[in-house]
Amino acid sequence: MTAPIAIEQAYHVEAGDYVSAGDVSGKLKKLLKQLGVDSTVTRRAAIAGYEAELNLVIHSLGGEMSFSVSPEEICIITQDTGPGIPDIGLAMTEGFSTASEKARELGFGAGMGLPNIKRCADEFEIDSKVGQGTRLKIIIRI
Amino acid sequence: MPLKLSEVKEILNADILVGEELMDRDVHSACGSDLMSDVLAFVKEQTLLLTGLTNPHVIRTAELLDVSAIVFVRGKVPGQDILEMAMEKSIALLSTDSTLFTACGKLYEAGLPGGTRNQS
Repeated sequence: MTAPIAIEQAYHVEAGDYVSAGDVSGKLKKLLKQLGVDSTVTRRAAIAGYEAELNLVIHSLGGEMSFSVSPEEICIITQDTGPGIPDIGLAMTEGFSTASEKARELGFGAGMGLPNIKRCADEFEIDSKVGQGTRLKIIIRI
Repeated sequence: MPLKLSEVKEILNADILVGEELMDRDVHSACGSDLMSDVLAFVKEQTLLLTGLTNPHVIRTAELLDVSAIVFVRGKVPGQDILEMAMEKSIALLSTDSTLFTACGKLYEAGLPGGTRNQS
């Protein structure tokens, strides 16, 4: 990372599209590798991104995932169109999950997603309104 | 103590599904789980994943976590699409008849430590 540039990409993530789940995070990881970002930082960004992307697929009605990379930090934002989280405190509890049977069959839905994103992030914001949607902002410093 | 994938193959009496040419790779730790959520939350890099799950998300999870090899336990063999996915991403795949518990036990006995966050 020498050039003072910021790279920004945004993608639509479809609800229930398990086949493509992980594509956006894969793109982020590839980009960070190409930019020569430290492997531990890359890994944290890939994990946080994948968890957030899975949340869009498993829990939301669909939404957008975007990421930007500057010489200082990686910023990942997800914004969905609902249904929103009634109790964020509960959703942040390890082991609490409302995932479908389908998600569980694939090995997800153990209630580790949001806490894991927080653990990987240097800054983590979650805003949610029932009936409107959820927005996550994840910052990982390079 | 790291093990070579060729040693893992011998210890588990496993078949190589993908990555004959990758058997010289070292693995420094291992993790046994059917829960990809937990794998994402706990696994360190350069680890070996043992699992009974054979869906594409296992490969995807391994790719994002830099897991270099996966052992499918209980004699499971994933579909051709998954084998191709692993080939493309240069992840070695093995299959053993042992159960998850036994396979992990054999590798632990051979000196391979756990690959989770809170354990060396």
